[in-house]
Amino acid sequence: MTMAAILPSAPAQPAAPAALVVPALQAEALGKTYGAITVLSDVTLDILPGEVHAIIGENGAGKSTLMKLLSGYVAPTEGQIALAGQQVAFADAVAAEAAGVVLVHQEILLAPDLTVAENLFLGRELTRGPMVDDRAMNRRTAEVLASIGAHCHPRDRVGGLPLAQRQLVQIARALLEPRRVVIFDEPTAVLANDEVAALLNVVRGLRSQGVAVLYISHRLDEVEALADRITVLRDGRKIGTWPAAGLSQRRMAELMVGRELDMLYPHKRPPATAEPLLQIEGLSVDHGAVEASLSVRPGEVLGIGGMIGSGRTELFEGLMGLRPSHAARIALAGKPVSDRTVRGWQAAGLVYLTEDRKGKGLLLDESLATNLTLQALDSLHPGPALDRRGELRALEQAVAEYDIRVRALDLNAGQLSGGNQQKLLLAKVMLTDPSVVIIDEPTRGIDIGNKSQIYDFIDRLVRAGKAVIVISSELPELVGLSDRVLVMRGGRITAELTGDEISEHSVVYAATSGEGQSAAPAEEGGGDPDDKHHHQHRPG
Amino acid sequence: MTSTTTNIARAEAPRRFRWADAGPFLALALVVLIGVVMNSSFMTGTNIANVVTRSAFIAIIAVGATFVISSGCLDLSVGSMMAFVTGIMILTMNRLEPSLGANAIFAGALVGLVVGALCGLANGLIVTLGKIEPFIATLGTMGIFRALITWMSDGGSIPIDRALRDPYRPVYFGNVLGVPLPVVITLIVVLAGAFLLYRTKYGRRCMAAGSNSEVARFSGVSVARVRTLAFVIQGLCVAIAAICYIPRLGAATPTTGQLWELQVITAVVIGGTLLRGGKARIWGTVAGALILEVIANLMVLSNMVSEYLVAAVQGVIIILAMLAHRFIR
Repeated sequence: MTMAAILPSAPAQPAAPAALVVPALQAEALGKTYGAITVLSDVTLDILPGEVHAIIGENGAGKSTLMKLLSGYVAPTEGQIALAGQQVAFADAVAAEAAGVVLVHQEILLAPDLTVAENLFLGRELTRGPMVDDRAMNRRTAEVLASIGAHCHPRDRVGGLPLAQRQLVQIARALLEPRRVVIFDEPTAVLANDEVAALLNVVRGLRSQGVAVLYISHRLDEVEALADRITVLRDGRKIGTWPAAGLSQRRMAELMVGRELDMLYPHKRPPATAEPLLQIEGLSVDHGAVEASLSVRPGEVLGIGGMIGSGRTELFEGLMGLRPSHAARIALAGKPVSDRTVRGWQAAGLVYLTEDRKGKGLLLDESLATNLTLQALDSLHPGPALDRRGELRALEQAVAEYDIRVRALDLNAGQLSGGNQQKLLLAKVMLTDPSVVIIDEPTRGIDIGNKSQIYDFIDRLVRAGKAVIVISSELPELVGLSDRVLVMRGGRITAELTGDEISEHSVVYAATSGEGQSAAPAEEGGGDPDDKHHHQHRPG
Repeated sequence: MTSTTTNIARAEAPRRFRWADAGPFLALALVVLIGVVMNSSFMTGTNIANVVTRSAFIAIIAVGATFVISSGCLDLSVGSMMAFVTGIMILTMNRLEPSLGANAIFAGALVGLVVGALCGLANGLIVTLGKIEPFIATLGTMGIFRALITWMSDGGSIPIDRALRDPYRPVYFGNVLGVPLPVVITLIVVLAGAFLLYRTKYGRRCMAAGSNSEVARFSGVSVARVRTLAFVIQGLCVAIAAICYIPRLGAATPTTGQLWELQVITAVVIGGTLLRGGKARIWGTVAGALILEVIANLMVLSNMVSEYLVAAVQGVIIILAMLAHRFIR
């Protein structure tokens, strides 16, 4: 095996012709199947030393599978991997790391009660005789932290650090030893704008040292700013690799979705002017949202934006009584709502579709009819006994109306594709005949055809005079669907965007920017970062 | 309603045959076949009637356990509860006999049903309101019920009044058109259980709560209410079993119903109900109870294996059943 990673000292020339430089890492017709399901097939690409190679693609395009294959976490079922021109088969992630290939995870995988240095050296502590050599570890940690521009101290407890610093500690852990190939999995997902800038500099630093960087991100502006070459994945296949110079963000997005973007979203409707259908004042949810107020009118799509962890889902689960919460005033169609349970809301005409389709939305081991009717049992069956024929009729109708593609009606929900599961979930809550529909991540992990059908469906709902609230992490979706967007940050609604103000940029800016969050280490008393920012919120 | 381009198989098409579903019944057929081959006295009318009647208690309690388990819980207290309810019933009947005569049996049975339901309610509330793991909660009440019957009987036995023995006798030893009465009662309980579980909204919600309690909660199902009710149903089933049991031995003792919880859970699980909840097989449960009793009967009839090893064989059966579950799916 070729261990002892000596960093190739190639100059930082972007995208040198492949023939002249031996690629640091090559994938040849790589593929992965789980049982009958192919998640990745026939992906061939190479990463050169001193190059940032970006991988972009929609959710479910196969990005994370590709990363796991390349970093030894999962073994491929077809194809080969070559490291510096030599074919390798990593037994596991440890073997890959020993060979100089490391994956920087998206989630923070650190022990919160250990110090920064202890985390960096966890499992590979430096020793002097039988004793742990803390001094040497702290010194080395300080060097690595300085090299990536992290401000924390080697002796800081990781649990006490702000998220952005923890992310940098995680990166420092990956870079403790010299690496040939560093794979970043959406490293900026939890970072604010200035923190992102610092991280991009870390990546540029690696590139100038001749490290080969594979960079996966949803944020196309980052990719444009950073990448030398860009590979687009779609539906588990490689669409192509292009030099970054010739690819605009819009073109990247079109390559990702595989069609012209304008066709995906329904035309916007005339502004809604009717009295608000749902009014929420001062809703606070434990560990989630603080004093949130919002309203939505019939015929309106209200978008809720914000980073993951900004309290969007928590706010609405709290509204539904699924989390401990309290509110100053909540009214539906002008009437105060007292019974804030799923059942009470359902009777009043409001439903919530969870973002967690498999965990909270559908009984995967149960039949389609059982799933479809679970929420509407009382309205479907007036007596205690079940009307099975009625259930079957409801299922046939739902399958036709929502275009749920099934081989047979007696399948279990878990046997449907993600898109069809989402349609089934939609049909399930619509069976209760609501007037307000809250949809959390309406198209997470589903293919483009189903996406556009769901968008059309949302459009039809609001045109029929219903109110729809869409919570989404996908910016194009939020911008393409919403008549009005509220942006959350740190549990508060920090901005309202209407009409032409709605753009991906403005949503990202509102979701990430402001004096409240910074890359500086946590100071004493810097507890709630959002104390002073309530004034940004303009109530609707 | 728009027509779709998808071709949908008619839902009326017969469901695919699944070996896992037929498993318990095939296993039952197998042990019966073994019995026929091994021992000539096995297939006699009296022996069969005896086996089926003896399995009635476990079968009735196991119907209740099917509800508890399919709702995602577990009840370890059924054996002790059975003893406790039996004791309360006998004490009540004995107390009322001087004033009511043989009607004391009905009054006692009614009290037994109420006490059983209350015991189940207690289990249910500890689990749902107290938010305590069913395993721990019912481990606690199992000890409590067992201690109570030991205390009530002063470590000895609580016999039923001699005057009640004869009028009560037919409940265990009697028959309807040749079918032993306990078997008739079991059949009624099983039919009612099957209806409740498969044909009512409650059964559907029970299954949903066991299949994935989060999905149930997000769908507006009150998981706590569903589970509490499942424990109450379990308590009622225990009381029904106690009503049939008393005339058989005529007394409650500190060892009444000992280790029945294991037999009950075994019957439910080898019947095809998933221990983690969500999939309930009432008729499979009955088959499971019969399998256990047939095996015990065969071991008593034949001299090949000591009957002291009955529990060991039943233990092997549950492990085999679980392995079969895993591989047949």
